[in-house]
Amino acid sequence: MSMEIGRDDGRTANQLRPLACSRNILNRAHGSASWSQGDTKVLAAVYGPKAGTKKNENPEKACIEVIWKPKTGQLGKPEKEYEVILKRTLKSICLLNINPNTTTSIIIQVVSDDGALLPCAINAACAALVDAAIPLKHLAVAICCCLTESGYVILDPTKVEEQKMKAFAYLVFPNSAISIIPEGSSHMEGELMEHGIITSVTHGVMSVDDYLHCLERGQAASTKMSAFLRRSLQSQAPNDSSRAG
Amino acid sequence: MVSANVSGDLSSEMEVDAFRRLFPLRYHERFLLDSIRPDARPLGRARDTSLALGAVASADGSALAKIGCTTMLAAVKMEVMTPPKESPDEGSIAIEFYMPPICSPLVRPGRPAEEAPVVSKQLSDTILSSGMINLKELSLVSGKAAWMAYLDIYCLDADGSLFDAALLAAVAAFSHLQIPVVSLNEDGRVVVVSEENEEGKSEKEPVNKGKRKLTLSSLPFSLTCILHKNYILADPTAEEESIMETLVTVVLDSSGQLVSLYKPGGPVLAYASAVQDCIALTRQRVKELKSILNEAISDMEVD
Repeated sequence: MSMEIGRDDGRTANQLRPLACSRNILNRAHGSASWSQGDTKVLAAVYGPKAGTKKNENPEKACIEVIWKPKTGQLGKPEKEYEVILKRTLKSICLLNINPNTTTSIIIQVVSDDGALLPCAINAACAALVDAAIPLKHLAVAICCCLTESGYVILDPTKVEEQKMKAFAYLVFPNSAISIIPEGSSHMEGELMEHGIITSVTHGVMSVDDYLHCLERGQAASTKMSAFLRRSLQSQAPNDSSRAG
Repeated sequence: MVSANVSGDLSSEMEVDAFRRLFPLRYHERFLLDSIRPDARPLGRARDTSLALGAVASADGSALAKIGCTTMLAAVKMEVMTPPKESPDEGSIAIEFYMPPICSPLVRPGRPAEEAPVVSKQLSDTILSSGMINLKELSLVSGKAAWMAYLDIYCLDADGSLFDAALLAAVAAFSHLQIPVVSLNEDGRVVVVSEENEEGKSEKEPVNKGKRKLTLSSLPFSLTCILHKNYILADPTAEEESIMETLVTVVLDSSGQLVSLYKPGGPVLAYASAVQDCIALTRQRVKELKSILNEAISDMEVD
């Protein structure tokens, strides 16, 4: 499928919007980051580890709590669902055995929503966790793939494009680890670690082949985003000593 | 590791139940090595499923679905409303999922279950996006009256795979649904014709006498699987879900299209091969569920 699809902002099917990431933007939070993809911008703040876990949680492991604040309006079921998805995604990348019986709170504030909101929030939360020096197994990159009526897969839609689509999928992949041992990144039965999905949330009906096609495109795009994430996290100046708590 | 040695020493002396409570993961892994689970199911098999239509006599459509011990009661009530200006010839559906304290010891009146709003939103997204119900069929008088279907699903027993049982109950309730007969009264409003009212029948012509049942196309069915190391376990119980936390829920419709693939994080990564295996297990399950649903519908019609 090498035909050009006319997108409203002139991008090709595989092109992502301009990415921007800044760390350490809030003074009082232990870690903070803002992530924007085109006009979608999300702010994430991390407080923790704080002592104690909630009642139902396992005290032998660290606990993660996510609070999602929409731009306008009251909290409803969509916000609760985002909180649960974020919590489970971030739980799987954190090293929970290092600080048992502690709680880390992640607060997500939506600044503007122009499509692909959940992936943007996951990326922001990940960068904020790095800024707060929470121990992580690896990072996560999130991407949105959609399927047009004619069967093409396009990446990183705007809000207008998302509403016109037949179906879309939010996919989260682990960030590829640059290994210091000569064997290179870990393989699992012939598949690279970074091709496994951490999280997948789909909306709309699509065929199984279309979904697998979306997976492939998402994997290819995630390597570009991983490289961007690594560059932006390395280039920031080392944290200054004036930190709360 | 010290704990591994401890469990090795104690396992020969300890009772099975105690070992199950203290070392749940090791207990389950011992079964997985033989490709079986503690309740003697092979890895790919779902629990016994049963469906009873018409469980709530006063509702317009209802169903009771049981998958193993997980029990869901779904009921549909119809109400006439004015359709919004943006869609004057479409009705609407409102879906709510409740987890009352009866379903699980972890749910208390002041401590609602975390899964309830998530399953509720997943259900409404799945049912609305699968195109099972054509909203135009719910219209009565274009621009003036349309049906609002309130679907309420109550979890009576939460033992894993809540979404699967809830979706099955919802689909069955809509299959059982009989739209009440309505007519226009003197004020020009649409009212429900009650069956006891024999007088004045010639004045009130029923508006929708012919169409009592909805035509449902492409019914969605789902299967939740757990990924643990190299194993894929279909239809987990609550105990398995709490120990091995990686869940994948695949929803396919009756024509084999993917309605939803939901994997909310979890320590195990899903590679393309695992995704294919889960989808294959779901395809088998869709056939089983379709035949169970058809059997339940034909049982109702015999009565």
